[in-house]
Amino acid sequence: MSKIKSDACWQDLPDGGIIPEGATSAEFKTGDWRSEKPIWHEDRCIQCLQCWINCPDSSILVAEQKMTGIDYDHCKGCGICASVCPPKANAITMESE
Amino acid sequence: MSERILIEGNEAVALALKLIDPDVVAAYPITPATEVVQKFSEYVADGEVGTEFVAVESEHSAMSACIGASTAGGRVMTATSSQGLGLMWEMLYIAASLRAPITMAVANRALSGNINIHCDHSDSMGARDAGWIQLFSENTQEIFDNMIQAIRIAEHPDVRLPAMVCYDGFVISHAREVIDSLSKDEVQEFVGQYEPQLSLLDMEAKTVGPLDLQDFYFEHKRSQAEGYVAIPRVIEEVGQEFGQKFGRSYGLVEEYKMEGADVALVALGSTNGTIKDVVDSMQESGKKVGLLKIRSFRPFPADLIKQSLSKVKAVGVFDRSMTFGGWGNPLFNEIRSVMYGGNGQAIPILDRIYGLGGREISMAEIEEYADEVLAVAKGEQAEVIDYIGVR
Ligand code: SF4
Ligand code: SF4
Repeated sequence: MSKIKSDACWQDLPDGGIIPEGATSAEFKTGDWRSEKPIWHEDRCIQCLQCWINCPDSSILVAEQKMTGIDYDHCKGCGICASVCPPKANAITMESE
Repeated sequence: MSERILIEGNEAVALALKLIDPDVVAAYPITPATEVVQKFSEYVADGEVGTEFVAVESEHSAMSACIGASTAGGRVMTATSSQGLGLMWEMLYIAASLRAPITMAVANRALSGNINIHCDHSDSMGARDAGWIQLFSENTQEIFDNMIQAIRIAEHPDVRLPAMVCYDGFVISHAREVIDSLSKDEVQEFVGQYEPQLSLLDMEAKTVGPLDLQDFYFEHKRSQAEGYVAIPRVIEEVGQEFGQKFGRSYGLVEEYKMEGADVALVALGSTNGTIKDVVDSMQESGKKVGLLKIRSFRPFPADLIKQSLSKVKAVGVFDRSMTFGGWGNPLFNEIRSVMYGGNGQAIPILDRIYGLGGREISMAEIEEYADEVLAVAKGEQAEVIDYIGVR
C-alpha cells in the first residue's frame, strides 16, 4: 500500500485506522510538545549513561557506547536526564524553549 | 438436518457457538449469561469444538482478548450481560473502530444500582453508540438463528464490524422453548470459512490502533461511518438466504398484522411475543392494532420504519430502558426522529417505559396502552411520555 499523504480524505484511508507500515512512531515528532529543552555539556560529561538508561523517550543518542547528543525531534523535555545526571558532573541543564 | 429440541435460551447460544466452532472465545461469566460460557467450556473440555477458550479475569479483559484474537485474523465470539457489558465499554468502541467483526451474545439485564439481575435493555442501550450492530431477539429460536446470521453479517467484506445478539435476560435466557436446531454441517456451510482482511499474523508490517490526533481522527471516524451503510442490505440478504436454506427468513423489522391497522405498537425483544397475542385478540374484536417489531436497532432501519409507520394514525412505543433527564427514551427518540424528519407526516407517537429490572408486563397492560393509542388516533389527548406497571 502506498504512503498516506497528510491531506488524504477519508475515502483514501485504510479501514480501521490501520497504518500499513511498521515502526511508525519514529516519524511522529513528539519533540514539538517540549516547553523545556535539555542542554548537554560535553566537557563535563563523564559518560556514565544514566541519562540514556532513564530517558523515557529513547532520545539520548549514543554511538559506540558513548553519549553523543540529544534527539530533539523526539525529546519531550521531561528533564529526567538532567535530574539523574550525577550532580558532580551536572552535564545536562534545562532551559526554556 | 433440522432437529426439534427443547432448550434454554442460554443453551441455544452455546449450541450455536458449538456449531459455529469459532477460533477463539474469550469470556467471563455473568448472570444471566453465565450458562453460555459454562456450557461452551464443557464443549471445549469434551473436545467437541476446536476453539481456543480464554478464561479471563474480567469482561474488560474478555473484550481485550477478543480484539487481540480478531486482529490476529481469528473468528471470535463471546457473551456477556449488564455490568459485564458496562465493564467492556471502552473496548467496545475500540473493537468497532478497528473493524474487528467479533460476535457477542448479550443477555439483557438491568444495570446497578440497586443490584438487579433481571431483564431490561439499559445495558445494550448504553452501548448503542459504540459502533456495534445490535440485533434483538424475540425468542429462543431467534437467538439461535441470529447468532448464526450475525457471523455472516459481521464478517461480510462490505461490513467487517462487531455484532451483538441481544436477548432478554431470564425471560428468554432461562426459559425452555422448542426450537428447530441445525446440524454442524448446515451451520458450517452457512457461515463458511472466515477470510480476515486484517491479520497481525500475515507477516506484513502494519500499525494497529496508533495515536490519531486532530489531523486524521475525524477522517477515520468518517470512514468508519461508511461501514454502516452496507449493513441493512447485508442483514436482509443474509436473512433471506437463511430463510431459503432453513425455512425461517429474517429482515430488519417484522410487521405483524399491520395490514389495515389504524395504530402500531413498536417494541424490542421478547415483549413482541406478548404483544402479538394482544394484537390477535384485539383484532378479533375489531380493533385495528398492528405491531412493528424492531430486529435491528443498530443500524436503525429508518426508511423501512418510516414506510411502515406512515400507514398508521398513531404509534405506541415500548421502551425497556430510560434516558434520565432526556426527553423520551431510546427507542421512542429514534422512532420519533425518523417520523418527524423530512416529509414525514406528523402523527402522534407515545412512549411508555416498562419492565425495568424484570418487572412483568401483562397482556391487560399492553391492551390498555393500545386502547390509549387508538383513542389518540381519534384525536384524544394523552401523556406523550409515561410509565406502564410502576407503582
Ligand atoms: S528531557 Fe526527558 S525526553 Fe528529553 S532527553 Fe531528557 S530524559 Fe529524554
Ligand atoms: S548522565 Fe550526565 S554524565 Fe552521565 S552520560 Fe548522561 S550527560 Fe553524561
